[in-house]
Amino acid sequence: MPDAAALMLGKRGLIMGVANDRSIAWGIAKAVHDHGGQLAFTYQGNALKKRVVPLAESVGSDLVLPCDVTDPISMDNVFAEIGKHWGKLDFLVHAIAYSDKEELKGEYIDTSQENFTQTMNISCFSFTALCQRARKLMSEGGSLITLTYFGAERVMPHYNVMGVAKAALETSVRYLAEDLGKENIRVNALSAGPMKTLAASGIGDFRYILKWNEYNSPLRRNVNMSDIGGAGLYLLSSLSSGVTGETHHVDCGYNIVGMKAVDAPDISVV
Amino acid sequence: MSDVADRVKKIVIEHLGVDEEKVVESANFIEDLGADSLDTVELVMAFEEEFGCEIPDDAAENISTIKNAIDFIETQQG
Repeated sequence: MPDAAALMLGKRGLIMGVANDRSIAWGIAKAVHDHGGQLAFTYQGNALKKRVVPLAESVGSDLVLPCDVTDPISMDNVFAEIGKHWGKLDFLVHAIAYSDKEELKGEYIDTSQENFTQTMNISCFSFTALCQRARKLMSEGGSLITLTYFGAERVMPHYNVMGVAKAALETSVRYLAEDLGKENIRVNALSAGPMKTLAASGIGDFRYILKWNEYNSPLRRNVNMSDIGGAGLYLLSSLSSGVTGETHHVDCGYNIVGMKAVDAPDISVV
Repeated sequence: MSDVADRVKKIVIEHLGVDEEKVVESANFIEDLGADSLDTVELVMAFEEEFGCEIPDDAAENISTIKNAIDFIETQQG
């Protein structure tokens, strides 16, 4: 096993989708930084910029770039800047998703065509679009990860169109893994259990989902930043050198469960 | 001034980085204290954490001033 302190030494990566210090992407960024990795960040819009810049500074990063994944030129600019500053890229974290909040409650069947298309574009296609650009800077191989959720595999209340987009994202991870594997570029998805992030605040009844997972996952707790950071570090580092195309669950084991735990409190207490 | 009011104001001052004098009970997060829409969500999350309470989405939508926040939390605790 490589020396832990040097695990990411000399490795440079782009973190896309940090909103604040509760963000899953931030948990991964910190873990990579703690193991010697060098980071660049992107943000979308000024509201996020003012949050990302201080966080980036706290891990010694001065490469903080605007990126709108619906705009090909904006994405081109990011990779042009990375190329100019670093000349190469070793890893990338994609933590970007969007859907109209109004459609993350109620029933999936009411999804509008407009929101379906936009959700798929930002939450799924953007990862493919970024892989297309990142591969050009990964001549020495690399590792790309995206974030997904169990709502892609099983029906979760209110997750709706985002579940459909995450399913497409997980499938695109497998196809991207095949396409990029020949270049020693690995592509994986990290399927995190529910966490109280800014993004999650848009999902209806999220507190109920959190409680349910806490009571019913084999570890009888919810995941935390350290769980996510460790798994992200594993997927981005040489520790996972033989792993690609995988959807890796970091959910305290919730995905293996078939029924409410016998010791879980009744629904009404939640 | 109540304990809840003190703690609410402290969170707002820290999160928004505003001067203590501006954080009066009638202050509106967005109009008076320069918060953006993400700040309001983050503030609600910070209140929940501080007071160990749950603020449902429909209640959170009605919390736009310091007083709104104090009143809601005091009702929950009462």
